[in-house]
Amino acid sequence: MSDVASPTPPSPLLSVQGLTMRFGGILALNNVNFEVQKNSITALIGPNGAGKTTVFNCVTGFYKATEGQVILNDNGKTTNLRKVLGEKFQWSDYVNPPAFLERLYYKTFGGSHRVNQAGVARTFQNIRLFREMTVMENLLVAQHNHLDRNLIRGMLNTKHYRASEKRALETAYYWLEVVNLTEDANRLAGDLPYGNQRRLEIARAMCTEPKLVCLDEPAAGLNPRETVELSTLIRHLRDKHNVTVLLIEHDMGLVMGISEHIVVLDYGQVIAAGTPAEIEVNPKVLAAYLGTEEGDAS
Amino acid sequence: MFSKPNDPPMLTAFKDSSLVGMIALLIFSPISGIILNGYGFNTHPQTPIMLAFIVFIGRFAYQLAALTPWGQRLIQKFMLSKGKRGVYVASPGDQRYLWIILAILFIAGLVLPFYLSKYYLTVAILALIYVLLGLGLNIVVGLAGLLDLGFVAFYAVGAYTFALGSQYWGLGFWSAIPLAAAFAALLGGILGFPVLRMHGDYLAIVTLGFGEIIRLVLNNWMSFTGGPNGAKAAEPSLFGLEFTRTAKTDGHIPFHEFFGTTYSPNTKFIFIYLVVFLVACLMIFFFSRLRTMPMGRAWEALREDEIACRSLGMNHVTIKLSAFMMGAMTGGIGGVFFAAQQGGFVNPTSFTFFESALILAIVVLGGMGSVVGVVVAALVLTILPEMLRDFADYRVLIFGILMVFMMLWKPRGFLPIRRPYFTKEGQA
Repeated sequence: MSDVASPTPPSPLLSVQGLTMRFGGILALNNVNFEVQKNSITALIGPNGAGKTTVFNCVTGFYKATEGQVILNDNGKTTNLRKVLGEKFQWSDYVNPPAFLERLYYKTFGGSHRVNQAGVARTFQNIRLFREMTVMENLLVAQHNHLDRNLIRGMLNTKHYRASEKRALETAYYWLEVVNLTEDANRLAGDLPYGNQRRLEIARAMCTEPKLVCLDEPAAGLNPRETVELSTLIRHLRDKHNVTVLLIEHDMGLVMGISEHIVVLDYGQVIAAGTPAEIEVNPKVLAAYLGTEEGDAS
Repeated sequence: MFSKPNDPPMLTAFKDSSLVGMIALLIFSPISGIILNGYGFNTHPQTPIMLAFIVFIGRFAYQLAALTPWGQRLIQKFMLSKGKRGVYVASPGDQRYLWIILAILFIAGLVLPFYLSKYYLTVAILALIYVLLGLGLNIVVGLAGLLDLGFVAFYAVGAYTFALGSQYWGLGFWSAIPLAAAFAALLGGILGFPVLRMHGDYLAIVTLGFGEIIRLVLNNWMSFTGGPNGAKAAEPSLFGLEFTRTAKTDGHIPFHEFFGTTYSPNTKFIFIYLVVFLVACLMIFFFSRLRTMPMGRAWEALREDEIACRSLGMNHVTIKLSAFMMGAMTGGIGGVFFAAQQGGFVNPTSFTFFESALILAIVVLGGMGSVVGVVVAALVLTILPEMLRDFADYRVLIFGILMVFMMLWKPRGFLPIRRPYFTKEGQA
């Protein structure tokens, strides 16, 4: 069932080119290149400290990469995810007013929220819900950009405003049903059990109507039964909602079971990429995970 | 401490209360028993003994009450509420009869000024002004979670917009309200845009600085603001009717002449009271409605987790800016009423850091984000000090003790925060 969805389309949804990230003297990512095909499930794996979350933070706009490009290409609409964060001025900008103005615009109004608006949603390794708001409110907040935010219409409770709120509620209830949390709609998000919080975070990310959803260790802290449910959910998202999934995961059973493409990182570099079957037998990957005697892997 | 386990409960209560009374005596003796007189001092032993006795009686009453089942239940309830998070989700229909209470309060509020003396009228106006300020700061601190220590700046801007506006450009009371609101919001925006990328402590320091800058500018720009001598605002009027004994502006006639009644100095204050009361009610409606609208939800989400907000495509800077400007606007409106209540005279000494701290105390005591809590806290914190004029020397002490106890027992404020309940059809 896995290869049906991606018969090598012409251009990938996300392409990461030459991504380098430096924290002071530490080279966290060194020339990382990989692509995420449209409508696929791609996994990013690697030992602890390999730089997986750093890649995520660069892709979703929480870190500004030192070098490299992150390009989102959705049906011919191309977004440079690095530019929308606001870059430093270059010398060439001072002789090229349009480029200068564009950079100034993104410097003033840009930021990681632009990445989401371009169609990339994410979840977090340590769950970041609005803990003292209800489950429902969490999902309504996620739809902020699609709502009627006009103050006057809201105060007067006009038809347009009510319709917009009703649509938001319907969307929220739809997603609650998908992640099986309808019963908990009016509970405080912080009071939910851990597994439910993870699913709520996925539902919340989906409420922003993304093209690409990035899941950072979605199975962390889940029991085996919940992990199976999670893999069903992730497949459902891809098959029924037309999103592309990029995930970081340590649970190899989950990764090998659902992903079509795996990228392996070690010490900030891509050491292998391919299908699960290829990765499973790749000597470099085995070496990275299990360790080798000197010289074995090369 | 001195009680044995098998003492009768009454004796235990008595011993415990005596101990507390002794401690009170030790504390009060140096504070109120010794009063400086030139280079020497006079002793007033009866004052601390009286105070300690009051403490003793209070503690004893508490202990006796704790022995009755009714008292025990009350204490239990109080202790239970300590552990709770201070947030709960509404259940559908639990506010069905709320509108009746609100209607009664509204009518009572409208009728009240006609029964108050001039002194209490000014106190009531001041209390309502603090309700406005509390509501404004509640948005910034309580909902959006931005610690603002210089809120008084916007209050000052509002008051001075009215005063200087009427001095230089003949601005009237009514036109000053929207203009001051807009100007304060504009200043809030100008200050906010560069600094709202900061967090927590840094933001607090910048806003503290801003508050002082405004006050110092008002104090030192003699040629424009009049410096410490202050500025004079126009008398408020209603459709050209003035509330003074004789009309101050050409074409205006005094209120009492128009209606053929005798002149009463109260009329002006009743008028200001009614206007500020209606504006406060409007603001209460506005802000409680805002909490369930996208903008209010975004503010609260931002307070809960800014990073999550950004990951959901919300521009944190503009959301913070909207909260900051909305708060500033309310502060500006409060300032106009302050200038009017002061008989049109304002000077920079009314806008010190102490005011900012007081408004912040209102928001913290009322419960961050709770509109009702903030209103109650504002009323209590402005009316109580007036009631305690006889204890003028101890006002700040009592205030401080109240704060300490609140923070120990109810760190989330008087009232728990209520979250809306949603069904598929909408908010229940």
